[in-house]
Parts: sequence; C-alpha cells; structure tokens
Amino acid sequence: MSVPGSLTWFAQHEARLAWREMMSMMTAGRADRERKVAGGVIIFVVALHGIAYLVLGRGGALAQNHDLPALVGVMAGIILSCSAMLSQAMESVTRTFYTRSDLELILSSPARAQRLFAVRIGAIASSVSLMSLLLIGPFIDVLVWQGGAKWLGGYGVILAVSLVATAVAVVLTASLFQLIGPKRTRLVAQVAAAVIGAAFVIGLQMAAMFSTGTMSRLAFLQSTYVLAHVPAIDSVFWWPARAALGEVPALAAVVGACLLIFLITTLVYAPRFATFAIAASSVAQGGVATRGAGRTFRVEAASSALRRKERLLLGRDPWLMSQSLMQLLYLLPPAVLLWHNYASGGGAAIILVPVLVMAAGQLAGGLAWLTISGEDAPDLVLTAPVPQSRILRAKIEAVMECIAIVFCPFVIALLLFSPSLALIAAFGIGTSAASAAMVQLWFRSQSKRSRFGRRHTSSRIATISEALSSVTWAAASAVAAAGSWLAVIVVAIAIGILALVRSFSPSAAQLRLRAHV
Amino acid sequence: MMQELSPPALEIRALRKCFDKPAVEGLNLSVRPGEFYMLLGPNGAGKTTTLRMVSGLLQPDEGAIDVFGIDALADPVAAKQIIGWLSDEPMIYDKLTPLEYLEFVAGLWNVDAAVAEARARDLVGWLGLEKVAHARCEAFSRGMRQKVALAGALVHEPKLIILDEPLTGLDAGSARLVKNVLAERVRAGATVIMTTHILEIAERMADRIGVISGGRLIAEGTLRELRDRVGTGDSPLEDMFLTIVEQDAAAA
Repeated sequence: MSVPGSLTWFAQHEARLAWREMMSMMTAGRADRERKVAGGVIIFVVALHGIAYLVLGRGGALAQNHDLPALVGVMAGIILSCSAMLSQAMESVTRTFYTRSDLELILSSPARAQRLFAVRIGAIASSVSLMSLLLIGPFIDVLVWQGGAKWLGGYGVILAVSLVATAVAVVLTASLFQLIGPKRTRLVAQVAAAVIGAAFVIGLQMAAMFSTGTMSRLAFLQSTYVLAHVPAIDSVFWWPARAALGEVPALAAVVGACLLIFLITTLVYAPRFATFAIAASSVAQGGVATRGAGRTFRVEAASSALRRKERLLLGRDPWLMSQSLMQLLYLLPPAVLLWHNYASGGGAAIILVPVLVMAAGQLAGGLAWLTISGEDAPDLVLTAPVPQSRILRAKIEAVMECIAIVFCPFVIALLLFSPSLALIAAFGIGTSAASAAMVQLWFRSQSKRSRFGRRHTSSRIATISEALSSVTWAAASAVAAAGSWLAVIVVAIAIGILALVRSFSPSAAQLRLRAHV
Repeated sequence: MMQELSPPALEIRALRKCFDKPAVEGLNLSVRPGEFYMLLGPNGAGKTTTLRMVSGLLQPDEGAIDVFGIDALADPVAAKQIIGWLSDEPMIYDKLTPLEYLEFVAGLWNVDAAVAEARARDLVGWLGLEKVAHARCEAFSRGMRQKVALAGALVHEPKLIILDEPLTGLDAGSARLVKNVLAERVRAGATVIMTTHILEIAERMADRIGVISGGRLIAEGTLRELRDRVGTGDSPLEDMFLTIVEQDAAAA
C-alpha cells in the first residue's frame, strides 16, 4: 500500500484511470464486450505479425552486415519512429496543460503536484512506447525468429527513443509556453506535432522523387548520393542503429543516455507544470476577437445558412482546420510528382489517381464527422422548422464543397495530361468522398467538435468502414486508370462494402435515442 | 374572450415515453395562450422529457401534442416554426459571435434579414450583451452563453417559448435580466412554459403551476388554487410542493 500523495500512489491512480479509459474506449462502455475485444486484440496482433513476415521476408540476413546501407536503413526507421513518437508526445504534453479535468482538485489539495506531473510525464513516455511497440514489435519478433536474439535490441531502442522523444516534447512545449504564452501554445504545439509527425515521411518521399524520380523512399536511402553524404561508419551517429542491430555496448549506451535525458528533463520540468497548467486554465481560448461590427445581417435560406455556418466554424478554428487538412500534407509528394511528371512528359500521373481518391475519402470522413456528429448546438438545429433530411443534406453539401475546392486543382492539372484520367479521378474523388460522408451519416453519434481528435473512438465500425471504402474506391480508380475493365468488379465490391456497412449501421430510431437519452 | 376561442398554446393528450423505464406516463396538459406556465417536479419526474417531445427533440411512444392547434407530431416543421426552445445547457457555437449566432438562427427560421437584425440588436441590448456582441462566444462565462442561447430562442419571436431550467448557473443580475425579458415576451402575447427548481421564481412569475411526478401531472392550478387544495394556508410554494409530492408518493 503506497503512501497517499507519493509518486507510487499517483502512479497507481493514473494507471487505474488510464486502464479504465482504455477499456471504456475499446468496449464502448459495455462490460460484456471485454472478451470480444480481447479476441480482437489477439487477432490484430497475429495479423500484424503476418504482415511483418510478408514485408520482411528473409530480413534476418540484414543482421549479418552492419555496413553503411544497413545502418542507413535502420537509422531512417528509427528517425521515422522518433518523429511519430515526438508528434504523439507533444500532443499529450499539450493536453496535460490544457485539460482541466482533475487538475483543479489536485492543485487545490496539499499534495505535491510535481509528483503527479512527473508521473504524467512517465505516462506519456509509456503510452508513446506502447503504441510503437504494438506497431513495430511484430517486425522485431519476426527478425528475432529469423535472425536471432540480437534483434531484441530493437525493443530497447524503442524504449530509449520514446523516452527521449517525450523529453524533447516536454522541453519544446514548455519552451513554447514560455516564449509565446499559453494563449498561442496550444495551437502552435498541436500544429507542430502534426507537422513533425508527417514531415520526415514527406521530406523523404519528396527527396526520393527528385533524386530517383519515383516515390520509393528505400531506393533513395540506398542511393550512392545518400551513402556518400552520411556520417562515417564508425560515427556515434549510428549507435542507435547499431543498438537496434543487437550490438550490446551501443544498446547500453543509447538506453543509458536516453534514460538520463528523460530523468533530468522530468526533474527540471515537472515542478513547472503546475505553473503552466494554472496559466493555461486562466487564459480564455482564443480571446475576445471583435470583428464585423459594421456588417449588416445576411439571412439566407436554412440550407445556405447551415453551409455558411460550417464554413465559418471550420475557417475560424485553425487547430481543427490543421487537423483535418493535415491529411493534405500527404498530397504534397503526389503534387510534386505531378509537376515533375509534367516537366519530364512522363506517364507517372497514373499513380496519382488512387492517391487523390484515397485522400478525398479520408478528408471527407473527417469533415463529415465535424458537420454531422460534431454539431455543438444540436438542439438548436433540431428544433428549427427545417426537415431533418434537408439539414443533413446541407451538411453533406458543405463537406462536398470543401472537397471540390481542395481537389479541383489536381483534377484540372490531370486534365492537361489526360482527360480520361481526369474523369476517372473526378469520379473517384466524388464517390470516395460521398461514401465516407455516408458512413459518417449512418454512424452519427452526437459529440463536441473539440473531440475531433478522438472521433475514431466513438465507432470503430465507422472508422474501419470509412477507411475500407476509401481504399476500395482508390483501388477501383487505380484499375480504371490502368485501362482495365476489371475496374467494374472493384466498383461492385466498393458498392457491396457500402451496402454491408449500411446493414450494420444503427437505425434512425436508435440514433435518435442515442442522441437524446 | 378571444383567448377562449383560440386553440390552446399547448395541448398534450395521453403522452407516453419509455426509455429503460417509463419517463412520461399518460400525461395530459393544457396551456392557454399568453400564459406563463411553470412546470415543477422532483428530479427525474419527466419534465425535460415532456418538453423535449413538445419541441420535436424526442419522439413520443404514444399520445398527441398540439401547438396552437397544429399537430406537432404530424407536422413538426409547422409546429417548430412557432416554438422557441432553450435547454438548461447553453449550446452555442464557440467560434461565432452572438450576432453571427443570431444571424444563423434567423436563417434556420427564415426570418427576414432586416427584421432579424433589429430583433437581434434589441435582444442583445436587453440581455446586456452589447459589449460582447462582436466577440466570439468561446471566452464567455456560462451566464453569458445562456443569455446568447436565450436570444437565439427568441429571435424568431416564437408564440410558444419553452425553457428548461433557464436560470441554472446565472448570477442574480443575469437572472433578473432573463426574467424581465420573459415577462416582456408574455406581455407581448407569447406563451412561456418553463421548468425550474427555484420555487421562488415560480411563485413570483407563474400564472399557473403544474406539478409532475412519475411522468404524470399530479397537481395543477394557480398558486391560490394549489394552496386551497393542499390546505397549507399562506405557506411558501416550497412547502406546498413538497406536500403535494409526498401525498402523491404515499397514494402510489
């Protein structure tokens, strides 16, 4: 039994809350689903091991040669993981400052708050490493199976990287807090987190396209240009890669150094978190902006008013916009490829079509959630003298407007190469976006816009269906772009998936009950 | 005389709604036009469920709801056109200013732009929101948000105003403003149906009071009529309310 107010006591408290929240998220609050969820997790982990085996093949052979190409490949993987972990950790640290929940209770108690914050920093490192272990662990396991126990060093490197990523996130967010104040830090930190998460992949892809003319990151990393410009093989820079490849001294040094960085950061910054949290709670989000004082009323028909409202809300919430448009960052490489292709007169534009269709589906899904489920004044809209069908239609129109604005330039650019490809892309973008919006409509569940980041937890079926639908429409457009009649079959599959998803969705009566009880 | 001939502002007949257990059970209620009707009842009595069904936010299992003679279940759009609804939790858009919010509401109710703007400015003035009329609602206190939501419920000048605990969380000054605005709407001919746990307000403002318990209307009348029925003399409404609820519980 730990002493109340001690580090271990806070750790137990946090662990209990985290466990219950995770279970509630996974089971959607239903205790009878625990077994099913456990079964689902086992199947998921086994499936990941299968994917890892298919991807790696005889990857164990890599362990035999700790040469420069191998070190570059492993190091790129570590940096990629680190950028993803840093992104996740920055978001978690920011949430620690701004989520009030139990902070007022704890800060008003005589308990030493720095202990709680030390535990919360530790919890962030744990959650960051757990997520990476879940995704990278199967690959390490396959390597251990094929290449021997030395690959277990990969687990040590994941832990070390998660510790250092958390430490960097704490320092960065705290510095932002001190530099630009609590008012702006939330937005800047969250946008920075998203950009950091995507930047490495996108940067690598764009570099690959310019050097090799393809979107293959691996080909770029193994190119003579890269190998000629990286540090020498005996440099300390490669220690994390050597640690992952099973060199015990390197592993000990990397884990030790990262642990030390983490401990020092926690010791220095945990006592400051209370000050940050108090400052954050005393600052009103966004402040009081005064605008439009001289403007007269412009009353439009209900559906136009709804569409205008959605545009205004999205446009005025930079965080929300950055979150939903972040997916468009991934369109940068195809855009560059399009331009590159145009300049060289090549035929690579064909691969753009599925990328655009996939991105349209994902973006539409996010926007549809915001407009349909993320309605902050549901009572107002439902008590308006407008049929619900018209309200929903206006919301979907708002989503499709945004999709049209974002994707029209790409379709027009494609038109310059091939009208048929442009037509296929336009059709694919439209159907993929409409399908994602329909999925969100069928599985709507009232929530706050501020929960956008966690929208995937409200309905896992909706999340999976949305992704599956986008992937299938992307596949159909890829086959169509290749000129094969088999596209008809893939389209039929996509429609079949939608019909299946519709049959799983709650009825209108259930939705009403869910929204109002 | 005109009021006698016109249909009731609200007429509820044999209304039923069941969730896991019955929330409203065969409720009958009639509210006259131009009346300030206060609906009282203990927690979980079915007040909010009833009002949400009247406002079109919930579908009843059985029963009928007429709003000024319009069958609200058969023609909800027509009924909604003349209803203003305000819940206890102010639901507004953080990123809109009060005037933009009212502009949006006017769009939903299809109010003429010039009329809507004049009403919006009046409401903003009456509710003491002039200084923040062009500020985004995200920094507003609960009381200010509630006032913006109330303005939204009134901007289309509804004939029937339904308010569920509208004074929760308001300071004395804000509560006074809201009460004044509601009293002004009743003087202008609107009908107000309101739930509250602040019995002093019911005592002071209501033309008639209905007491709901277990999803049924267990008592109804003016303050005087209720006092006569319970036989508590000039005792406060609180005593009378508790006696009515206890008597009903004992009878059940």
